Amino acid sequence: MPPVVRLLAKRLGTSLVVLIGVSMLIFAIARVIPGDPARIALGPNATAAQVAALRERLNLDQPIVVQYGQFVADLVRGDLGVSLYTNRPVTTDIVQFLPATLELVLVAGVMMVVFGLPLGILSARYRNSWIDNLVRLVTLLGVSAPAFVWAVILMLAFAYFLPLFPIAGRITDTMTIPTVTGFLMVDTLIAGDPRAFANAAWHIVLPAFALALSGIGQAARLTRSNMVETYDRPYIEMAQSYGFPERRIATRYAFRPSMIPSLTIIGLDFAAMLGNAFLVEAVFAWPGLSRYGVAVILRKDLNAIVGTVLIISAMFLIVNVIVDLLIAFINPRIRYSQRAS
Amino acid sequence: MSAPTLLIRDLRLGFRGYSGLVEVLHGISLHVAKGERVALVGESGSGKSVTARIVLGLLQNLKSARISGRVEFEGRDLSRLSGRERHALRGTRMSMIFQDPTSSLNPVYTIATQFHEVLKRAEPRLDLAGARRRAAVALADVAITEPERVLDSYSFQLSGGMNQRVMIAMALANEPSLLIADEPGTALDVTVQAQTLGLMRDLVARHGTSVLFISHNLGVVREFADRVYVIYKGRIAEQGPTAALFEDPRHPYTRALLSAVPRITGGGIPEIEDASESYFAPLVVHEGYGEPEGVRP
Repeated sequence: MPPVVRLLAKRLGTSLVVLIGVSMLIFAIARVIPGDPARIALGPNATAAQVAALRERLNLDQPIVVQYGQFVADLVRGDLGVSLYTNRPVTTDIVQFLPATLELVLVAGVMMVVFGLPLGILSARYRNSWIDNLVRLVTLLGVSAPAFVWAVILMLAFAYFLPLFPIAGRITDTMTIPTVTGFLMVDTLIAGDPRAFANAAWHIVLPAFALALSGIGQAARLTRSNMVETYDRPYIEMAQSYGFPERRIATRYAFRPSMIPSLTIIGLDFAAMLGNAFLVEAVFAWPGLSRYGVAVILRKDLNAIVGTVLIISAMFLIVNVIVDLLIAFINPRIRYSQRAS
Repeated sequence: MSAPTLLIRDLRLGFRGYSGLVEVLHGISLHVAKGERVALVGESGSGKSVTARIVLGLLQNLKSARISGRVEFEGRDLSRLSGRERHALRGTRMSMIFQDPTSSLNPVYTIATQFHEVLKRAEPRLDLAGARRRAAVALADVAITEPERVLDSYSFQLSGGMNQRVMIAMALANEPSLLIADEPGTALDVTVQAQTLGLMRDLVARHGTSVLFISHNLGVVREFADRVYVIYKGRIAEQGPTAALFEDPRHPYTRALLSAVPRITGGGIPEIEDASESYFAPLVVHEGYGEPEGVRP
């Protein structure tokens, strides 16, 4: 078995174990926190008998282990139950809301890579110059304020005072795009409508940038500090003494051995954004899964809570596996250390 | 007489720090004639490595470094060359071998990729396939029997001795006229060091490469060099042909250095004064081995 395949199999195996653990944990926690879901769903005017009937329908009168067994049996069939908040199957809700959040987070992740890593390289190559100082100052601002603060600032600055970008939403309301994937930037292309694509892209810039800012800052700062350390390694001096072009030394010989921590942090940030996107989604009226998740938690909508958490965890794990594979690709030492047991 | 490959006159180097200027080279002069192997010997901190880095033009870009004196490479004054012109010499006309071969090779690129980069210095249009062919020949020259396997390897997959051979092959691949060897193989064990040094000696003799050999290891210097400069705290203490200098060390510091070598026959570690006023005694030049005339100081 090639080392990369072995690495992939191992990571997927552990991911599955983690996912099972998460499902048990969230299943229990959702039921332990105070408040009766049936009572919340039916409202204060419902009779005790009505509440008891709903509890029975939801299996809430059963022991928690039995409930979990039932949940797993349903899950295997692809059924996450019905949401008490929307009165629809949780899977339907997720299919509707997940693409919006995923699209937002993906664009933010791309921004982290496209802005964060080059800023870090630039900073390290011209370390202790004014360029470096400027990058460090700007990235410090990025990390030191939370995404929702940036969301409000960016909205005020670039949508209100300087109306360069739309103030909210995913696309101008007058445009109707048939839903295929749920990703507007993909669906507009499938529909063959470049104007709508540009419109969707234009809408996503501010929220994605607000969400990405702290990640850009972290990635840039981490890349810089790791590269500065790498610059002291003998192999960089060797590259310089052989007259390799400075630019290539920066972008290849110093960057590649230094980018592993940055990739790891981008992977983690990417996953964390799935949850943190809530406040940005709230500010920009973005109809995403994070907003849905918070709404269902407040209503103690058990099925929806468990479903949302599971799907976000699964995304987190998938991203981490991808990052691990990327790291193995970049660092041959990791690739070759996957020996047959 | 044609210009020597390397000529250094009254080279001074200082670093500007928080406590003012600290001078680390106090006017050293040396030369390496064409095809000659010259050793620069001294303890750590004596200024050997910074001398090498000035020759390569690596310290000139450092803002805190103050350099004066002349460094001529094949008759061209380095300080009169632009940064670009100095850069053009590196890896083509002069190259360097480092102390620890394994950590001097980039761990995330294969030997082939790094060889390609080195060969491109002399031949920018060379493609990877062409580089592999040239590299395989160069590796065969340093007695590597499976060049293809080595080319596809990463430095951490090869032994230290193997990496040292790779470094030697890279250093000589573009047929430089000057090879600077900074404590080559000090990180290797003694037998491997001896093998690779033997290889290096044969190759530079074959190519007619001049060598500036920097070392603290007197045994190695005695085997390898035609002439020796002993450097102490940024000053040359004694200079002369290897045999004469080892048989008749005249400077107090050279004598101390020679007696500091532990004997395999026992007797413990020799007791040597750490520092002595006598170590700063004036330069001793062995008869007929002074610096070439006709150069403006």
